[in-house]
Amino acid sequence: MSDATFALVATGAKILFVWVIALATILPNLVWAERRVAGMIQDRPGPNRVGPFGFFQIIADGTKFFMKESVTPLYVDKLLYNLAPWITLMPGLVTFAVIPFGATLPVTIGGVTREVPLVIADVNIGILYIFAFTGLGIYGIVLAGWSANNKYSLMGGLRASAQIISYELAMGFAAAGVFLAAGTLRLSGVVEWQQQHVWNVVPQFVGFLVFLIAAFAETNRLPFDLAEAEEELAGGFHAEYSSFKFGMFFMGEYANLIAASALLATLYFGGWSLPGVAFTGVWGALASVAVFFAKTIGFIFLFLWVRWTFPRFRYDQLMDLGWKFLLPLSFFHLIAVAAFVAAK
Amino acid sequence: MSESTPGTAAQFPPLEGPPLLGLHEMELNFGPQHPSTHGVLRLVLKVDGERIVSARPDIGYLHRGTEKLFETETFPMVVPHTDRMDYVASATNNHAYVLVVEKLLGVEVPKRAQYIRVLLDEMQRISSHVLWLATAALDLGAITPFFYTFREREVILDLFEEYCGARLTLNCMRIGGLPVDLTPGWLEKVRAFTEPFEKNVDEYEELLTENRIWKQRTIGIGVLDEKRCIEWGMTGPVLRAAGKAWDIRRAIPYEVYPELEFDIPVGKNADTYDRYLVRVAELRQSRRIVLQCLDWLEKNPGTEIRGKVPRVIKPPAGEAYAAVEAPKGELGFHLVASGGNKPYRLHVRPPSFINLQALPEMAQGHLVGDLVAVIGTIDIVLGEVDR
Repeated sequence: MSDATFALVATGAKILFVWVIALATILPNLVWAERRVAGMIQDRPGPNRVGPFGFFQIIADGTKFFMKESVTPLYVDKLLYNLAPWITLMPGLVTFAVIPFGATLPVTIGGVTREVPLVIADVNIGILYIFAFTGLGIYGIVLAGWSANNKYSLMGGLRASAQIISYELAMGFAAAGVFLAAGTLRLSGVVEWQQQHVWNVVPQFVGFLVFLIAAFAETNRLPFDLAEAEEELAGGFHAEYSSFKFGMFFMGEYANLIAASALLATLYFGGWSLPGVAFTGVWGALASVAVFFAKTIGFIFLFLWVRWTFPRFRYDQLMDLGWKFLLPLSFFHLIAVAAFVAAK
Repeated sequence: MSESTPGTAAQFPPLEGPPLLGLHEMELNFGPQHPSTHGVLRLVLKVDGERIVSARPDIGYLHRGTEKLFETETFPMVVPHTDRMDYVASATNNHAYVLVVEKLLGVEVPKRAQYIRVLLDEMQRISSHVLWLATAALDLGAITPFFYTFREREVILDLFEEYCGARLTLNCMRIGGLPVDLTPGWLEKVRAFTEPFEKNVDEYEELLTENRIWKQRTIGIGVLDEKRCIEWGMTGPVLRAAGKAWDIRRAIPYEVYPELEFDIPVGKNADTYDRYLVRVAELRQSRRIVLQCLDWLEKNPGTEIRGKVPRVIKPPAGEAYAAVEAPKGELGFHLVASGGNKPYRLHVRPPSFINLQALPEMAQGHLVGDLVAVIGTIDIVLGEVDR
């Protein structure tokens, strides 16, 4: 097998693993987990009828999405209305392409051993790629709100655009600290730096907090789910969506949630690495994948936990928090990190 | 977006006043089908961005002509109709009605029946207040208190079911007393409920009272000071949160309330947060009253639950007004009798209806997100608003 063929097959296998196996199992199970965690927090069982521990609930839910009538209201902007769910779903999914999910995997075929880095595309502008796509994701929400010919949707869309733009700034400043310290925009570089030195959460705790809060806002989860705001805007941007199109918004939210958790684990908690452990060989690589998944799931649980604990912010309070607190904080944090790096 | 669809229900007069920033405000229909209007309340909002310029409640979607219906029923037949007004607190509705008839009839209710009535009232208050807490918190996006409070509400509803067979529309009082005596062992079950209740209320408070987001969302929202409260005729927790210790149970005492010890919690800032604190404090006070009723009932066993009431109830011609402190405020019945076996006119003073009238004033200038907090803080039940 030539090197080129091998690279092609390896990339194909990684894509298959990340999107088909990992995402297709995590995404449905996350919906199940969210409802079980909610049940646990709220002193009730949660779904427990369909299959063991209600595990197949998602199959019932998914079928429901397909079976529902897809209603398109009158006077909608058809093109944008149909496009919006796709735009929301895609960025959450493509983010995984640049996140390293494990150590290098040695593969021996026909006596030749080749090293396969466990990241689909180790691009040298990793973080820019991620910010570009999450910035794009907001278009889905804004366009959904605009095109649906509904005042509540419009308000949801407006809120989302203001919110995500505000928090993206703070998020970018916070993340810049990590890349300044590592000296590279490549995410695998950041993981390697953390492996050699220390997890970023320790020296850059402030940056971590800002990034975490901004991640909540970016994923539109409580306490920042103002664009949706069930109790105020009756669903907001997706008020007029039904059936599978709503299902795509739904999946988009969870895909973004997984992406944000994976990113938090990568940037601040060492990604697939553990301090003092060298992941070598086939089993080491597999163990590193498990470590990465464990960290991601830990953050996912945090997201679920917060959602079921806090009330929602008000629109102006959200803006105050973003511009008057998080942005200056992340800015000074960045300056401090830069000064420290320069001094070294 | 500006095109109106022909064939919609009501036409409203054109927007008044000078245009804002060269544009008119957006008119937003809030309800009647909306998750946070607590029923079929419709608000016609004019909003400038997210800020509310004016809010006009449009009520009547649940109007069933109850007051007219009263006139076609004999006096004992009215009781179940009162259940359907404030359907989450039907015991106090029954109570207010039987009080006014008893007043005109001049019937004396046995002490035991009075204690049981008070016991039922206070349990009803607890169930109504926890329901309020659940929905008001839910409106602000705090989902979990809903499930905590429903845990306790479920126990109360089960106890009601064991006593009178119904969970919501209790129909649990009769003119001159009560329909049935207590089930054996019922009092012990009530006591078993009250024991952990104090701790359960602490649990709700843990989630909300010192929560920064909860405080940000409620402090200074929907302020209506004492003077304006009185001018609007507000009663109940809304008035008490403004600092006025007005409670019908103390102001115009009925039944055995003068013999019972309890405090009237008052707030001082007259905002949504204080109303929350007042209601939570009332949960604890209601528990105190329930415990005192239990003590008395356990010490004084008996079977006397009904006074001497004629077989056919025909109050003498005349007028009477009686009120109770319902969970939402002063619930009064004004009865005009003509000497027949049916009320000539029976007018209701519903606290939800009167408290709702101040909503435009409380909501003005706030954001749309606050509107749901303001609707929640008044604690309305549309069955009572519309009757």
